[in-house]
Amino acid sequence: MLSKVVTKEEALAKIHDGQTIMFGDWHGELAADEIIGGMIEKGVKDITAIAVSGGMPDQGVGRLIVEKRVNKLLTTHIGLNPVARDQMFAGDLEVEFIPQGTFAERIRCGGAGLGGCLTPTGVGTDIEKGKQKLTINGKEYLLELPLHADVALLKATKADTAGNLYFRMNSRATNSTMAYAADVVIVEVEELVEVGELGPEEIDIPAPIVDMVYVKTGEKRAFCPMWKRAMAKAAAKAKAKAEGGKK
Amino acid sequence: MAALTGRALIAARCAKFFKNGDFVNLGIGVPLMCVNYLPEGVDLWLEAEIGTVGSGASPKWEDADVDCIDAGGQPATVIKGGSVYDHETSFAFIRGGHINATVLGTLQVDQEGNIANWTIPGKLVTGMGGAMDLCAGVKKIVVATDHCEKSGQSKILKKCTLPLTGAKCVTDIVTERCYFEVTPEGLVLRELAPGYTVEDIKACTEADFTVPEHVGVME
Repeated sequence: MLSKVVTKEEALAKIHDGQTIMFGDWHGELAADEIIGGMIEKGVKDITAIAVSGGMPDQGVGRLIVEKRVNKLLTTHIGLNPVARDQMFAGDLEVEFIPQGTFAERIRCGGAGLGGCLTPTGVGTDIEKGKQKLTINGKEYLLELPLHADVALLKATKADTAGNLYFRMNSRATNSTMAYAADVVIVEVEELVEVGELGPEEIDIPAPIVDMVYVKTGEKRAFCPMWKRAMAKAAAKAKAKAEGGKK
Repeated sequence: MAALTGRALIAARCAKFFKNGDFVNLGIGVPLMCVNYLPEGVDLWLEAEIGTVGSGASPKWEDADVDCIDAGGQPATVIKGGSVYDHETSFAFIRGGHINATVLGTLQVDQEGNIANWTIPGKLVTGMGGAMDLCAGVKKIVVATDHCEKSGQSKILKKCTLPLTGAKCVTDIVTERCYFEVTPEGLVLRELAPGYTVEDIKACTEADFTVPEHVGVME
């Protein structure tokens, strides 16, 4: 069976300046960290990024924002990345805010061959501006258009060599929706297995949808920087409390 | 037990809206505190936007699982019988009318049931996340909020001045001072927190409201 396994360099060869790229992470957690690092090293710039949030300054798409590689961000939330906010206020980063359910459904439309969806979300708010409003069975809906990207940069728990993907627990995040909505689908995985090891019911995204599988080389299942900071803070607090108690 | 006050009172009152088996989404902060005050015999299915049905208590750091996170990216757990879904299914739960109730914090709320909690243009611009979808798809929308700003300005207005998150969708407003029901005719004062009078609420509320013959005690 055709192997989809690639090196980081082969994956990065598909990523260019000016592309529209989807990032399947969740606030920069469960992200394709090593390929994002490779993009920074390679100097990829002028990206239009589609991501559920602006990540954090040291996590996910947030790292590319900090390096000023992103010109435009389509997202639902940037509250965890103050650098994104500062760039937006300075006019260096264009941000389009999309309600989160609409974000998911526009991407689904982009991957499912649909011309858009009708949603009640945002009716009566500023989100209406510039959009067609339709009344169906007496209820108002906004017409929201599909999102599609040049590249989807995803992260999965496991892949087999054919490109079948398995996501453990919440790690599917926005990854599984985005897998269908891009010309080139690149997946960074924690673990690679042989074809047949993932059973039919374990496969979340089937092999034909996936173009490239890159197996990460660094620490597996590492805590993200935010968790490491929070854990260190909690430990310091516990230590201070214990020492205070001795006095 | 000492009588509850402040935000604990808000959370405890909001928790009384839930029935055993309800499927609910709770915002970060005071809304999520509701789970600490659930009436005896009431178990909920907590939904998280990342796609969890049946979110559990936060784990200790030594038990944290990098693949199990909440809407804010913090370590999470899933209760027995809970399950995980993709992003579009998560919002099908929310928009599709499958969630029984949500509790949201806010910047402003008004007597028509409009809510504004996602931006102060030019100052606070974080994004709306999933709040607009909750406003569009959930039938019971409880706003849990401080009654006034730190400046003393009422957060319960005749008309919201900030960009709306949802139009005419709020069903109930709970503050540390009182509980209003939002009806097609406007706000109705249903309960007063211990120590507050109708006159006190009139003095600190910009919105108009009616006072029925019987006003209960909030607890």
